[in-house]
Amino acid sequence: MTQARAGLRETCRAEVEEILARYPERRSALLPLLHLVQREEGYISEAAMREVAEIVGCRPVDVFDVVTFYTVYHRQPVGKYLLEVCRTLSCALLGGRKLTRHLEERLGIQAGETTADGLFTLREVECIGACSNAPAMLINNRIYENLTPEKLDAILEQLRAEASERVAPPEGERQGLP
Amino acid sequence: MPVVNKESAARMNDGPLLFRYINDPEQYRITRYLQHGGYAGLRKALKEMTPAQVVEYVAQANLRGRGGAFFPTARKWGLMPPGVFPRYVVANADESEPGTCKDRQIMERDPHQLLEGLILSAYAVGAEQVYIYLRWEFELAAERLWGAIREAYDHGFLGQRILGSNFNCDMAVHRGAGAYICGEETALLDSLEGKRGQPRLRPPYFPAAKGYLSMPTALSNVETYCNVTHIVREGPQVFTQFGREKCPGTKLVCLSGHVRQPGVYELPLGVSLREILYEWGGGPLEGRQFKAVIPGGASMPILPPDKFDYPFDFEGMVEAGSMIGSAGVIVMDDSTCMVGAAMNLVRFFEHESCGKCTPCREGCPWLSQILRRIEHGQGRPKDIDLLLAICQQMDGKCFCLLGESALVPVRSAIQHWRHEFEQHVAEGRCPFGDGHTDPGTRGDTDEARVQRRVVARRGMGGGAVPGGGCRQPGAHRGGSAGQPERGTGAAFHAAACDRDADRAVARDGPLCRLGSWFSDAL
Repeated sequence: MTQARAGLRETCRAEVEEILARYPERRSALLPLLHLVQREEGYISEAAMREVAEIVGCRPVDVFDVVTFYTVYHRQPVGKYLLEVCRTLSCALLGGRKLTRHLEERLGIQAGETTADGLFTLREVECIGACSNAPAMLINNRIYENLTPEKLDAILEQLRAEASERVAPPEGERQGLP
Repeated sequence: MPVVNKESAARMNDGPLLFRYINDPEQYRITRYLQHGGYAGLRKALKEMTPAQVVEYVAQANLRGRGGAFFPTARKWGLMPPGVFPRYVVANADESEPGTCKDRQIMERDPHQLLEGLILSAYAVGAEQVYIYLRWEFELAAERLWGAIREAYDHGFLGQRILGSNFNCDMAVHRGAGAYICGEETALLDSLEGKRGQPRLRPPYFPAAKGYLSMPTALSNVETYCNVTHIVREGPQVFTQFGREKCPGTKLVCLSGHVRQPGVYELPLGVSLREILYEWGGGPLEGRQFKAVIPGGASMPILPPDKFDYPFDFEGMVEAGSMIGSAGVIVMDDSTCMVGAAMNLVRFFEHESCGKCTPCREGCPWLSQILRRIEHGQGRPKDIDLLLAICQQMDGKCFCLLGESALVPVRSAIQHWRHEFEQHVAEGRCPFGDGHTDPGTRGDTDEARVQRRVVARRGMGGGAVPGGGCRQPGAHRGGSAGQPERGTGAAFHAAACDRDADRAVARDGPLCRLGSWFSDAL
């Protein structure tokens, strides 16, 4: 990224300090700091990885090591709405696959892709812990349960309406407590 | 957004202990929790009991870990080396075993119950710091837990000199980042330390000896700690009145799949599977019959209906030929293709394999691939035995239980439904056709889709291997810095792939592309 970034220590100084204070040593703060980066910047750039490495006192490669291991961290920007459909057995038994197909059709993309307007990224994920209310999916990490294609249409419509109404969600609705 | 499910819509019963107030929408607030007798156990323990007495209570109740292994909790605590401090208490809230969705309900609706159990456990073992390792996907649970922690600090149940005693305790939520393996306790600890979540070498066998930052650490499942709350508050007999002698207490049973009333139910241990399925689950869907049940989450053997009368507890499920595990009961009816079901589960393990040990890292993809081949009508008669041979090669040879678990659905599916595998091979198609509930194959005949399926290998993000094929030793290197280079596992390859299979691999190209396993998820 060529775009200059302000740096975590400037934008969320208090939160960084609060996170570091939770642990007896700095390295343990790595995961929550990465969550913080992702909440603020949408994804985790190389520059951010270097900064986080500096904060926790490890090598940048150690941060890279961690970022590439976990599925939650994005190394590229994703859509404004990240749609993650569960594909594991309990959901699959009740039509989880159908949901993905339906979304693929409605959005004109395949699982793993982002729509051209940058609004939606669709992907399939493994069990999200909503088995008793299958099929289920996550939208920006909120769980939606007992879904049907009709419900999906309604949800998509609302998300589109929301997206056209305002640019950013209000402060209270920001996702991702690090 | 009105369509957002603020809370899980799961159906739950008003259970005798953990679920007593679960359906009270205000229970997550401390005021309501206190009205319902909350933190009375903590008061009692700090005023009247020594830490050893708390441990003794838990021992008398014979509380066994609810994460799946059912190891006696008090004995686990007893493994902490004396005189070594600081110590830690960690709650495993990385609930990600497919079929399991119980801890989430507690954390969203009754978080103080967990907090009280954790503080009590910290008091019992002499720890002053508690972490709740929560899986990332539980956003609402994170909010509720942090809210509850703040309330507990405000009321003096956390912090310095709790309730006027000499006991100090701090607590924080540590959120994971999407990795099933972090439910494995040593991987969880590495993840808590800010590393890749990969299991540690044992011995020491328990984190009690060497856990977080190599210090003694008490690590149990959320449900276990909640049980501690009730055992201390009301005495061990409140716990032992339920269940059978060897395995007392209640269990949160998560019922999912093909039943009329899926949900999470708190039931005394020892009820029969049949009762769970028919009385709580409401029986099979209209016009269907039960065909198979996984009693304890994806890692446990699949049971056919003739095992439904065994008691649902640790010993009972072992007798039936399975395990109670996390009590994630997944039900499948006669519309389910067992090859498809096994394929789905193996794909889960394939995706979640951490890549540390060879049998798991290489075995899971092979199992997955052969199952996919059978499901797609391209299986060969030898394939069924080939699957069993791979299971044999993984069994007891993996670094942790993840790999050992991956072969379980395959073995049990072949054991009970071998005829279905044979039918797939003989007919050259899936006999359940379009109507069956298998994921990933319904109408999924175009090879392009199969080929496109991106299966991310954890941490192997080295980009796709050009050309695919798995017959080029050394072609599959995860090029990322800091990661172990990954070979083809040539020995495994040779073992799993006899000559015929190799030819088939060449022939069925798209079904056997190692390349896709290396590309990134996004």
